[in-house]
Amino acid sequence: MKNKDRKIKRLFAGPYMIWSAGFIIIPLLMIFYYGLTDNDGHFTFNNIARITTPENLKALGLALLLSIISTAICLILAYPLCMILTNLGVNQSSFIVLIFILPMWMNSLLRTLAWQNLLERNGIINIILDFLHLPPLEIINTPYAIILGMVYDFLPFMVLPIYNVLSKIDSDIIAAARDLGANSVQTFLRIILPLSVPGIISGVTMVFVPSLTTFVISDLLGGSKILLIGNVIEQEFKQGSNWHSGSGMSLVLMIFIIFSMALIAKYDKEGEGTAF
Amino acid sequence: MSNKLIDIVNVSKSYGENLVLNNLNLYIRENEFLTLLGPSGCGKTTLLRILGGFESPNTGEVIFDGKDITELAPNKRQLNTVFQKYALFPNMTIAENIAFGLKIKGKSKGYIEDKIRYALKLVNLDGFEERMPDSLSGGQQQRIAIARAIVNEPKVLLLDEPLGALDLKLRQDMQYELIRLKNELGITFVYVTHDQEEALTMSDTIVVMNQGNIQQIGTPEDIYNEPQNAFVADFIGESNIFSAIMVEDKLVKIQGVKFPCVDTGFGKNKPVDAVIRPEDVDLVKPKKGLMQGIVTSLIFKGVHYEMDVMANGYEWLVHSTDMFPVGTEVGIKVDPFDIQIMKKPKSEDAEAVSIEE
Repeated sequence: MKNKDRKIKRLFAGPYMIWSAGFIIIPLLMIFYYGLTDNDGHFTFNNIARITTPENLKALGLALLLSIISTAICLILAYPLCMILTNLGVNQSSFIVLIFILPMWMNSLLRTLAWQNLLERNGIINIILDFLHLPPLEIINTPYAIILGMVYDFLPFMVLPIYNVLSKIDSDIIAAARDLGANSVQTFLRIILPLSVPGIISGVTMVFVPSLTTFVISDLLGGSKILLIGNVIEQEFKQGSNWHSGSGMSLVLMIFIIFSMALIAKYDKEGEGTAF
Repeated sequence: MSNKLIDIVNVSKSYGENLVLNNLNLYIRENEFLTLLGPSGCGKTTLLRILGGFESPNTGEVIFDGKDITELAPNKRQLNTVFQKYALFPNMTIAENIAFGLKIKGKSKGYIEDKIRYALKLVNLDGFEERMPDSLSGGQQQRIAIARAIVNEPKVLLLDEPLGALDLKLRQDMQYELIRLKNELGITFVYVTHDQEEALTMSDTIVVMNQGNIQQIGTPEDIYNEPQNAFVADFIGESNIFSAIMVEDKLVKIQGVKFPCVDTGFGKNKPVDAVIRPEDVDLVKPKKGLMQGIVTSLIFKGVHYEMDVMANGYEWLVHSTDMFPVGTEVGIKVDPFDIQIMKKPKSEDAEAVSIEE
């Protein structure tokens, strides 16, 4: 009986197994294959080594810098917001959370295009500024516009996990800290912040990884002058039709992503236990 | 047990339309074990939270040791709270939990270590320093919560239904442990519970509350033997409560039958409530009783039998070590000093509750 049950359960897992084999594992293996071979199919590290060219290193460095800045801005914006949300009534806070999630229902390409329109030299913001006789905003095609786009696109991914952990902290625990003599700053530093570390870690990863790999945002808001590592890889595949070097650089990027994933896994395993 | 330590003066609290505490006056003496007892929603926890500083009253004052602390922040009060669900810090070891308050106060390392060892010994959990809270059972967590509070040497320990989440046996053990702790520490305990047995076992003073009003303040014996109104009588222990007529001093008419009693001063032919505890009802031969009835149910309870006796259209609850099978005709007799006469409640609220109960 039990054996049969187990077989049926496996049957239900089938579609997902086929899906993940076909669309996750095989493509991943293909990237490894292309990344580690040359045009003739011989094993080589040259594709990976292409990251060390000055232009590519600059693209990687800039991508790292911009995504770190965006992640930091997201964290600084999201954390206080989540603190406020946690202290609101359930109705109010779920309404505000909904407002934050709402943009995620729209295509991110569309949202980024909208920013392009807003920020353009003759865009809506500058028309309004001109009407008010204020100096025009000239950030389109600069790294600032890219950061703006990243923060706008990925902020919800920071808000949700942090809000989640903060709202799960028992209010009695905070009351207990106050009761034992901690003022509100001490309560925050010793209780609330350490307990919210798992949320911060997953929020940081959820913003950092897509920021690091994006090429759409830098393409649309950075003009074609500012190249991030995502744009370089995209060009290798599309313009250069060089799958080998594109895959090689993707592997490099993957190392950064695996590193940040490992960070999450570490804190997930330890739970909220030793996050202090 | 003489000095007033805490004085609660005219305290009222409401949430919107909902009046939770209605102009409460109460004092708590030094070294007293005072229990706030009442059904859920009676305001007992709100009163405790006002004492702890987590809520502030709409009107009235809380005087602590001669000083007004009504608006003082919780971290500045010389009292500590043991929360219902323990509220241990999940990110810290047991030792770090206990040390929390002392570290904030900037005590020396040696002092803190001594205190941790002392507190763990006091709650019988030596050697638990490096464990994490979630690896402890409910009873152990509760004891750590108590240890964490008492190392700060508060003048008053506030306990919010601390045994509510524990099973019966553990709860009884913890009751004795709390009494022992209180005697060893010599501090004031303010204890909140809805469990009347817990209150009777541990308290020096019981404050019975209902719907934001204090119903009665007294020793456990007072509260049990001399309930001041039907609510208290009904809430503390089991009881037979009758609408009765006080015919004259020392004579009360219950269900149309005159019973001699010992109470005086209610006037003539005044409506009153009469309370008779089930263990005070004597079942005798039909002719020897003041009233006759028929046993309608019989349950063995271990120490005694619990019987329902139908007499004059009312079901009397009787506890007795003598057994009368269902269907037996019996006589009902009550000793005069076992009848407790109470004034009818003045407010409609209290009346509504006594009927609904």
